[in-house]
Amino acid sequence: MMDFLAMGGYARFVWPAYGVAVLVLALMAIVSFRSWRHRQRLWSEISTTRRR
Amino acid sequence: MHRFANPARFMRLSERLMPWCTAGAVGFLAVGFYLALFVAPPDYQQGEAVRIMFVHVPAAWMASFAYLFMAVASAVALIWRHPLADLAAQAAAPLGAGFTLICLVTGSLWGQPMWGTWWVWDARLTSVLVLFFLYLGYIALVHAFDDPTRGARAGAVLALVGAVNLPIIKFSVDWWNTLHQPASVFRIGGPTVDRAMLVPLLVMAVGFTLYFAALLMLRIRTAILESRLRAARLGEVEIGAETVAGPAQ
Repeated sequence: MMDFLAMGGYARFVWPAYGVAVLVLALMAIVSFRSWRHRQRLWSEISTTRRR
Repeated sequence: MHRFANPARFMRLSERLMPWCTAGAVGFLAVGFYLALFVAPPDYQQGEAVRIMFVHVPAAWMASFAYLFMAVASAVALIWRHPLADLAAQAAAPLGAGFTLICLVTGSLWGQPMWGTWWVWDARLTSVLVLFFLYLGYIALVHAFDDPTRGARAGAVLALVGAVNLPIIKFSVDWWNTLHQPASVFRIGGPTVDRAMLVPLLVMAVGFTLYFAALLMLRIRTAILESRLRAARLGEVEIGAETVAGPAQ
């Protein structure tokens, strides 16, 4: 396990690289999804006020 | 193709496609990360540092691919004025910028142990940095106008002009002497990467592509909803104006 984490001495390059990749990919999804949900909420508000 | 340029049709189609793309992206990325970290062998020269390749190379491919998508969508928007093309180009830009950022940062983290430097101003690295700034410039330009159609038009022109950078990125390693290695997967004569590394790389590449497709659809859906919201608000203003005008008649 320690061998795996050490990455043959390249741990300080390999893990930050994977960390940045996962972080940026996750941020892309979170930002996109939140913006979608926000618009959806606004849309449902408009539809309910119209029905009234 | 023009049939899919209909927003209502796109909403229906994407609603059906998005779960499959999302599931595929999660599956391929999970398997890809597993293969990249646990199964792929260390390189005989680079040791374990070669594992950076499995995120760096797919991110680099997607960085160019997203721009190509943006440029084609911009061309369609300028020539045929399809209602969806501008939205598609704008939806792709932040994703492309994200992939380019991953490519640059992982490349730097790979360069330090292998080349002995975080950064060099060689043709490949510089042209990818230009790509990153093109994405940021495009996003800034699109939002710099009060009128969204004018912003979209200006952005589309910038995206098309910037497309000249794509062949420069692709062939930079052949045209100039670069520290960056030349193409080793998509080349005449087949890949020079061993199967044991090529398979994880391609699994990751499929995962990245599906991830892009799923988020792209979600973002285009968001943009369509946004334009419907804008239309609905305008409609309400008009209804309001009528009721105000009503009693005065």
